[in-house]
Amino acid sequence: MSASPGMLHPELLDQHDTDSIHRHGHRLDHAEGASKPLRSHREPQPRGAKIHGNRPVDQAEAAARFIAAPEHEKMHDERLWDLRQKRDREMHGIPEWEELRSLASAIKEHTLTHLDEYLEQFEANARSNGVHVHWARDAAEHNRIVHDILKDHGAKSLIKSKSMLTEECGFRPYMAAAGIEVIETDLGERIQQLDNEDPSHVVVPAVHKLRTDVAEVFAKTIGTDPDNSDVHYLAESQRESNRPLILAADAGMTGCNFAVAETGSVVVCTNEGNADLSANVPKLHIASIGIEKIIPRFEHLAVFVRLLSRSALGSPITQYTSHFRGPREGGEMHFVLVDNGRSERLGLAEFWTSLKCIRCGACMNTCPVYRRSGGLSYGATYSGPIGLIIDPTFNARKYSNLPFASTLNGSCTNVCPVKINIHEQIYAWRRELVKRHEVPFVKKAAMKAAGEMLSRPAAYRAAIATADFALAHLPRFVIYNGLNAWGKHREVPHPPKQTFHSWYQANRGDKR
Amino acid sequence: MSSRDEIFASIRANRPKVERPLPTVPFFDADRPASLLAAFKESLERMGGLFLDPPAAGDVLAPVRAKIANAKVVCSTVPEIAGNRDIAGVGAPRELADLDFAIVRAPFAVAETGSILLSDKELRVNAVAYLAQHLIVLLDPADIVVNLHHAYRRPEFREGHYAVFHTGPSATADIEGVLIHGAQGVRSLSVLPLARARTHATD
Repeated sequence: MSASPGMLHPELLDQHDTDSIHRHGHRLDHAEGASKPLRSHREPQPRGAKIHGNRPVDQAEAAARFIAAPEHEKMHDERLWDLRQKRDREMHGIPEWEELRSLASAIKEHTLTHLDEYLEQFEANARSNGVHVHWARDAAEHNRIVHDILKDHGAKSLIKSKSMLTEECGFRPYMAAAGIEVIETDLGERIQQLDNEDPSHVVVPAVHKLRTDVAEVFAKTIGTDPDNSDVHYLAESQRESNRPLILAADAGMTGCNFAVAETGSVVVCTNEGNADLSANVPKLHIASIGIEKIIPRFEHLAVFVRLLSRSALGSPITQYTSHFRGPREGGEMHFVLVDNGRSERLGLAEFWTSLKCIRCGACMNTCPVYRRSGGLSYGATYSGPIGLIIDPTFNARKYSNLPFASTLNGSCTNVCPVKINIHEQIYAWRRELVKRHEVPFVKKAAMKAAGEMLSRPAAYRAAIATADFALAHLPRFVIYNGLNAWGKHREVPHPPKQTFHSWYQANRGDKR
Repeated sequence: MSSRDEIFASIRANRPKVERPLPTVPFFDADRPASLLAAFKESLERMGGLFLDPPAAGDVLAPVRAKIANAKVVCSTVPEIAGNRDIAGVGAPRELADLDFAIVRAPFAVAETGSILLSDKELRVNAVAYLAQHLIVLLDPADIVVNLHHAYRRPEFREGHYAVFHTGPSATADIEGVLIHGAQGVRSLSVLPLARARTHATD
């Protein structure tokens, strides 16, 4: 094997490929599986953004440290680009793909503009199925409600599947303080929990880690051999260490990918079957649901299930798509519906459509900034392009730098299965944050000057000619100083000898 | 004001006042594959599932018998083949932790994705499909629908309390993209095409 079409870092290709699984001579790459065998070398793991209370997160600083760890950066870049390519392959296999995207967008926009009606319908149906329904205005209330349910049952341990909503709510730290043992049951999420790190990606939480990082974490926490970084060994060890915890747990918890109003059902998509274990082994099942997850009927669910895993991983469907409509015999089921800023976001004229998001991560996989800086550099629950437009709604000051972590190339918008105009919203957030005075002086002064220049064509042309002349003749320290963020880690492009405008005037200007 | 009332008041105050009609979703079934069973098999294998080819003659269950020949604990919920753990006697799901194999019948399958559906009706104890090391599924070739649009019109989603698509085994590639079968649930999922005993002439 030597060919490596479409690889960003061909040197990562594992020539031996001893790990893979085959069927009839075909190498399998379903679920999160990479379409090519990849191999990295040991390197200390770069950590995420440094958080200083409410001060603006310095994404660029954390990204610089990620880039300074080339094994991590290359593997991250390659794996996510591979997911993007697998997504394209699946898209081309479905003639109605664009129609599905339009349908998904239209269904979500309809539901969001009638959200109160569908929530009432969902609640009534869930209650008539015997489910206990709770409402939480914010993260704190969500955590309190779940804690109360657990207390009522004398539950001391909780197994759960991955849920970005519970990350948003700071659920694990809250429960730790309350003396409840929370056990994540997804491999990637469990790695992150054992390493005291947040998930770095909404679908593949430990994608920023190398196998050697995982071996280190597992050696310290579940007693594996620190020198054995064989992936099959690591995964098997995690399975075996989690299984007794699953069997002994007092309660189970899942998130919710889709909530179907017509039946009051909660739909959860996983590859590992861990949501089904969490919900079906203990007697008590609690599902945390963001209020924007509602869709009207099962016929609409078909559209989203067809798009979700194909967009996320380039796999036709997740291994498990689970529909929970009511408690098991002798069991108990609770739904906690959480607002936590969503209803307010609904009122933001330029940003409400971000609520269409189905958390597939396609925008992250395609984003050149995300792929090279790692999800933890954003210092927020949601990273990548979707994070840039959601995070500022939680805290405009703390996340004021994030909308600038984008090249505005629009690739995120192009791959979004529910057609959120992500890059336009990123741009709109920059404007909004400047208006709210949340943008630091240097960035603001530069943008103000640029804005004035761009509004006057003659001044713009003069400035460009001057800048090109200056770039060609100024000493490096003037160009690559601390005020020019663009000059960090990249060479400023060679200035053209002539501006386009002067070339046009000289060559075409008289032929009008 | 309760949290519920506050949330609804906030939604009603903030809801965009724009016209967004609910679209009708087509079935997208113009290009039906010539054989739904062949299409299902191909999709299933892509997703890591195993398709058990029934023998041309003799015992149709031979591939299943071969699989469970050396197993210690087998729980069958189907009349076609017997196990040695009776699901009816299971009190708590954790009693199924020692299962080597579980055998169930799927009410239907989806050709597009290679998925089989299981519901609380067939499983009896839902956890049986996850705690067992391996899962064997009997599927009537007449019970395959073309795609998910057809699948979601089925009654299973409106009747029972639990319905789940299994598409291949429990899988992960959370570490460096290396594909693993048997992440937390079953290590393998095998499907044997086998017509069910019909009780209704209307089928």
